Amino acid sequence: MPITVEEVLKIANLANLSFSQEQLEHFTHQFQEILNYVAQLEEVPTEHVTATFHTILSRETPVRQDATAPSLPVERAMANAPDAVEGQFRVPRVIE
Amino acid sequence: MSEIWRLSIEELQKAIRDRMVSFRDVADAYLTRIREYDGEVGAFLSVQADTVLKQAEDLDRKYHRGDLRLESLTGIPIAVKDVISTEGIRTTCASRILENYVPPYDATAVQRLKEQNALILGKTNCDEFAMGSSTETSGFFTTRNPLDLERVPGGSSGGSAACVAAWEAPASLGTDTGGSIRQPAAFCGVVGLKPTYGRVSRYGLVAFASSLDVIGPFANTVRDVAIVLKAIAGKDRRDSTSSHQPVEDYLLETDKGVKGMRVGIPSEWLGSGLDDAIKESIQLITKRLQKMDCSLQEVHLPHTKYAIATYYLIATAEASSNLARYDGVKYGYRTPRPADLEEMYRKTRSEGFGDEVKRRIMLGTYALSSGYYDAFYLKAGKVRTLVTQDYLKVFEEVDLLVGPTTPILPFKLGEKISDPLEMYLTDVYTVTANLAGIPGLSLPIAFTSAGLPVGLQILGPHFQEAKLLRLGHAIEQDLGLERPRLAFEKAV
Repeated sequence: MPITVEEVLKIANLANLSFSQEQLEHFTHQFQEILNYVAQLEEVPTEHVTATFHTILSRETPVRQDATAPSLPVERAMANAPDAVEGQFRVPRVIE
Repeated sequence: MSEIWRLSIEELQKAIRDRMVSFRDVADAYLTRIREYDGEVGAFLSVQADTVLKQAEDLDRKYHRGDLRLESLTGIPIAVKDVISTEGIRTTCASRILENYVPPYDATAVQRLKEQNALILGKTNCDEFAMGSSTETSGFFTTRNPLDLERVPGGSSGGSAACVAAWEAPASLGTDTGGSIRQPAAFCGVVGLKPTYGRVSRYGLVAFASSLDVIGPFANTVRDVAIVLKAIAGKDRRDSTSSHQPVEDYLLETDKGVKGMRVGIPSEWLGSGLDDAIKESIQLITKRLQKMDCSLQEVHLPHTKYAIATYYLIATAEASSNLARYDGVKYGYRTPRPADLEEMYRKTRSEGFGDEVKRRIMLGTYALSSGYYDAFYLKAGKVRTLVTQDYLKVFEEVDLLVGPTTPILPFKLGEKISDPLEMYLTDVYTVTANLAGIPGLSLPIAFTSAGLPVGLQILGPHFQEAKLLRLGHAIEQDLGLERPRLAFEKAV
């Protein structure tokens, strides 16, 4: 399945990543090689196979009491924020 | 006592109990090794020298007063891979995007080490977000293989393997998503265990691929690995995927012997692409296993050839989703003076992530994107089922599987970094255990004439770590192998 620079650009946008034109072309080339390699999965017959997304043996979803417990204090939870004021994360203006 | 750093954890415990050494002596021994040799090796991103010395002195005081209960890891310095959260200690994932991140809490595995009064020695280098097989994708520097400084230590847990190999730590924690504990253990000539998925809590482990990630130990001996595993394993209410299966006394289990054990050798692991020296060592081991009264038989894992393709689709899909959280808002790097929110996200991520991480986010985004989901992600999930069934079937006939950990010996720095696909293929024997969730142990079984180590991989059914450790210990005893002195070490 051939992939174009335009398609790679579209994926970059979805992933919120940007590349220079040169990087984009290099990436497209590497991407193509990887896609050619993974294409070998097409030859495996899987019509009646259920996909595994989790290897955990028990299929039951673990549940717990919905009980309240102390959590991290706001100051500690926000200590790593690049920009914070009055206990809130500050970002560039989003509403005009 | 000289060369304290050469002792195993068991020997350290005994020396402490017999008052041959103090906790301070032990801490000093490793900190001195780090000071003298880590400039060459580069295993550590940060070292907690002052804290460790202070904690060791506190333990000495308590021990003198008769106030200290000695547990298996009391006072033992342990290094921790930098993708595992440590309260108050910078945890970078070897990425610029988390360069200044200081976690407000400990990972459960770290907390359990601390409960035994183990000392957190420092944080080890790795591939950025554990994405790589050589530690060369680290955003900071490359770790070198202590056995040959021109070669890679493997990855992604390269620093955790290298620090044990250089006797800078008696044990360390790493993580294994596709072989990231077993491959560097093999490359550095140390023992490394990837536990069953869910055996060790992932709480506080910075997520790469959530259905594959697991934390596990490195050490000099199989018994030391058993000691660390016992300390960190078990159910954790903070990780709903952690297992209720009871934690065994792994150390006790290692002594139970291997007579009558049925061992399988997957023929797919000895085919083309396998280095001759590695193949020879594996064949020697199989002969010795027969002498140890194990029964050997050839088995088949027919879907092995699809493992790398399956793994890279699943791992990258999960990674693209997990790494969406790095947006420059709550923690980590943020691009300076962005024009708007959109630009902030885009520039923060583009400037903060390295090439391999971007490549995987892109591949994962593609595999999950509309129109391609069925062909890639869903298809890979189905082949994953077939890979798992291969194992379940084989484990009806044999107790354990043995084979090479890696197809090649440690390669030269820079040799594979420009060809991502070639780098991916070095994980061919290890990724299937992650896809199936089963445990895997790697231990050194030979050193080539050039002094490069060969690793043996032992795989077993879910939650059968004890059996892996039993066979590993028996082989280790039988071989009596000693890791060569490091070339750059000062003559003693």
